Amino acid sequence: MELVLERVEKRVGAQTHLYPFDLRLVPRAVTILLGATQAGKTSLMRLMAGLDAPSKGRVLADGEDVTGRPVRKRNVAMVYQQFINYPSMTVAENIASPLRLRGERDVAARVAELASRLHIDAFLDRLPSELSGGQQQRVALARALAKRSPLMLLDEPLVNLDYKLREELRDELSQLFATGESTVVYATTEPTEALMLRGHTAVLDAGELLQYGPTAQVFHRPRSIRVARAFSDPPMNLLAGTEAVLGARADRSLTIGVRAAALRVEQRPGDVAIPGRVELAEISGSDTFVHVDTAVGGLVAQLPGVHAFGLGETITLYLDPAQVYVFDANGDLLAAPAQATGEQA
Amino acid sequence: MKTTDQRAWLLVVPVVVCVAFSAVLPLMTVMNYSVQDIISPQRRVFVGTEWFVAVMRDSELHDALIRQILFSLAVLLIQVPLGIALALSMPASGWRASAVLVLVAISLLIPWNVVGTIWQIFGRTDIGLLGASLAALGFDYNYTGDPLDAWLTVLVMDVWHWTPLVALLCYAGLRAIPDAYYQAARIDGASPFAVFRYIQLPKLHGVLMIAVLLRFMDSFMIYTEPFVLTGGGPGNATTFLSQYLTQKAVGQFDLGPAAAFSLIYFLIILLLCFVLYNWMLRVGQGDAAHRAAHG
Amino acid sequence: MARIDLDLAHSYLPDPREQDDFALLPLKLSFVDGGAYALLGPSGCGKTTMLNIVSGLVTPSHGTVRFDGRDVTQASPQQRNIAQVFQFPVIYDTMTVAGNLAFPLRNRGVPRERIRQRVGQIAEMLEMSELLDVRAAGLAADTKQKISLGRGLVREDVSAVLFDEPLTVIDPQLKWQLRRQLKRIHQELKLTLVYVTHDQVEALTFAEQVIVMTRGRVVQIGNAAQLFERPEHSFVGYFIGSPGMNFLPARWHDGSIEVDGHRLGAGPDPQRLASAGEFTLGVRPEYVRLAAPEAPGALPVQVEKTQDVGTYGLLTTRRGDALIRARVDVADPLPAVGERLWLQMIGPHTCYYRNEELIAP
Repeated sequence: MELVLERVEKRVGAQTHLYPFDLRLVPRAVTILLGATQAGKTSLMRLMAGLDAPSKGRVLADGEDVTGRPVRKRNVAMVYQQFINYPSMTVAENIASPLRLRGERDVAARVAELASRLHIDAFLDRLPSELSGGQQQRVALARALAKRSPLMLLDEPLVNLDYKLREELRDELSQLFATGESTVVYATTEPTEALMLRGHTAVLDAGELLQYGPTAQVFHRPRSIRVARAFSDPPMNLLAGTEAVLGARADRSLTIGVRAAALRVEQRPGDVAIPGRVELAEISGSDTFVHVDTAVGGLVAQLPGVHAFGLGETITLYLDPAQVYVFDANGDLLAAPAQATGEQA
Repeated sequence: MKTTDQRAWLLVVPVVVCVAFSAVLPLMTVMNYSVQDIISPQRRVFVGTEWFVAVMRDSELHDALIRQILFSLAVLLIQVPLGIALALSMPASGWRASAVLVLVAISLLIPWNVVGTIWQIFGRTDIGLLGASLAALGFDYNYTGDPLDAWLTVLVMDVWHWTPLVALLCYAGLRAIPDAYYQAARIDGASPFAVFRYIQLPKLHGVLMIAVLLRFMDSFMIYTEPFVLTGGGPGNATTFLSQYLTQKAVGQFDLGPAAAFSLIYFLIILLLCFVLYNWMLRVGQGDAAHRAAHG
Repeated sequence: MARIDLDLAHSYLPDPREQDDFALLPLKLSFVDGGAYALLGPSGCGKTTMLNIVSGLVTPSHGTVRFDGRDVTQASPQQRNIAQVFQFPVIYDTMTVAGNLAFPLRNRGVPRERIRQRVGQIAEMLEMSELLDVRAAGLAADTKQKISLGRGLVREDVSAVLFDEPLTVIDPQLKWQLRRQLKRIHQELKLTLVYVTHDQVEALTFAEQVIVMTRGRVVQIGNAAQLFERPEHSFVGYFIGSPGMNFLPARWHDGSIEVDGHRLGAGPDPQRLASAGEFTLGVRPEYVRLAAPEAPGALPVQVEKTQDVGTYGLLTTRRGDALIRARVDVADPLPAVGERLWLQMIGPHTCYYRNEELIAP
């Protein structure tokens, strides 16, 4: 389905949940809605589904105006955070329900196929309450996939699951979505999830749609400081535009953005040195996050591997000047590091 | 959301018909009667607001109203704290919880006139357990002759009958409080009273609002039980508003004034409930205002 | 501040016989005074049960709990002087932030002046000083969680602070701030802290020692480096690291390690591996490097998927039935799908497992 939102706005009473924006979703691809809680992701999803009508603007599905049409008349599938299944029906009946409503003939075969795709074929006779959280969510996913709708919406479906389970299910989801039958919209608060799922990302902040484009592109070329901050974990370091970093072009009104991973402790030729003191070191196994107090402010550096730092220890961080983001006085992007990406599959 | 199948409305028709017959049409009839003098079924004279004025000036009505307000106040003051206390002492889970719930709910299941009859016999000094015990202890107890005894008996009867409702509502409210609050309170070293004051009572706010409104409305309309127990006596010591109204309408066949009175009665309850509800809502909304201010 | 010793097992059933009947299999653990510990594991592994046993909310069915040598197994949380922070914020709605923080002290009869001082100190440490007179009910989730935490810290004689997945309801951006504050609190107050989580990043960044658990069993205790570099159990290899360790079935054949028919050399401990016969080779994606063709210890694979994860690149490759993931520098161009590569499998970070237990190096 090609979903287009034209000049859509959502206001409830005195509060604006979504400021006016245009959005044209890439058909049959994954679009990720990325933003903090209360940024407007769920409001936007509800508009796409037809659960709410926009205060202004139009929603077009495949060229047809569906703005006033209630969700029952649209062909949409939705998966929620809270593992929603029909509690009194078995897993098999849950998955079969949309198929039966459509009057499909070979229900049993289709249920078996979907159950095996989501690895729940051993549980077909059980009730959802007898399954673990991850399994319940798989049932909800199978039911959504059974519908074969042109539009599939997932509102932070993995957020209530264990960390490892989330990783595994996320991998499976990218494979499921890769079949390319539906347009998928996936809401999340975690930048890493967006990067793992790839597709296209729409960054939302406080009800505003800030940027929409291929995920890697939005990540490597954030349009503004707000996008850069929303789309990085750990948060991007922001410094004033000093001579030390920018050389002759130094302009105090500019803001420099440096990703935590761009700061290093080994010097390479051409690097800018930033001395400071270690405030805190956090080891996550594969990386060490060092919080350093420097003359240009507090910085967070992400160093690969395990490093032991003493509290208050002096440390020098090195930065390749080509790796900085430059933002102007309004917070818009002026320059970003060149990228040598080429991701596929 | 619009329904696609309009036939669903047909399911509502039987209810609409019943409500129309038992409530809407009678209400219209009452409004009609309230502005007429019905001398006989054939002779009716339009008198406008005459009955309303007469009813408002009726001193017997004023007395009944005062008695009624005192009664409702006493009911609320006794039953709400007692119901909370009962709910707090009921077990939370297991077979004991089911057993206690059944025991507590029994008095709610008894038909109201039977409740009156039970207490009527219970209070007799010759064959009633209560009456005989009190007499044996030396009390001069006579609910048919002494107004105070009659009042106390009616009150105790109502408490016995209806406190379980408050208790059950509070019990449900208490079960909804997550265990973590109690655990945190234990860890903070809170005394049982502190737990009640800072955790249980605030969290019961919604449930208590319902309980208070229900008990207030029901007690303000009370008829069957006191009528069976004391018949309104001795004299008119326990004649509450509804009984007074019935006496006028059915006993004296003064349909006009009775109709006017019942409309006024309805408006009084509506007004008092409105005031009570808003007051309780505002107490609970102290939170919401702060939320809006501090985000 | 106290040293906590656990020597116990726990079952919810009256007569436990098999392993499955136990929520916590017999264990012996010590939490050193002033240390920061994390209990890490998936749902149902027993970590919350263990936390509740330490706090006194649950009494173990077998064994004892000791604080500074004293047997406190039957003592209540109050008597043990424990503070606990729960998964969702628990605050007293009718009180202000200051009232909430002062509550535990008021219950103990601490003089008012001392209460005010202490509340101010803790509020300062948690960056909540401006909110002291605000009604607690209206605040955001992360602030409420800080209040819960503050209530635990405000008592000066608290023996240990226990956390039960406290950052579950917090946004990712705010999690950073809270984690930093927790670490700072640990450094300043030197309390014994025990933190339960299923998120390995939280556990490893917070704790000095992480206790990894699965299905009622403690599988390894160590710091982040130890758990990462040398997992003693394949579950630790799998659970820690994002993505987790790569596991390949291997066998000893003709004087060499063999994976899917390809010889990889003798490895670090030929004797042990030879006597094991069949084993599992484990190596983390962070240590799988691209190798020259036919290099010793390198395996030929085919690229199935490439992902740009922002700060690094992730390659998913296939050899036979097994998938091998490798982390690469984001500055280097990613290979194409279908391309054939050689990945260095044998190296100083490669671990060998038999029946899930580490056998070499």
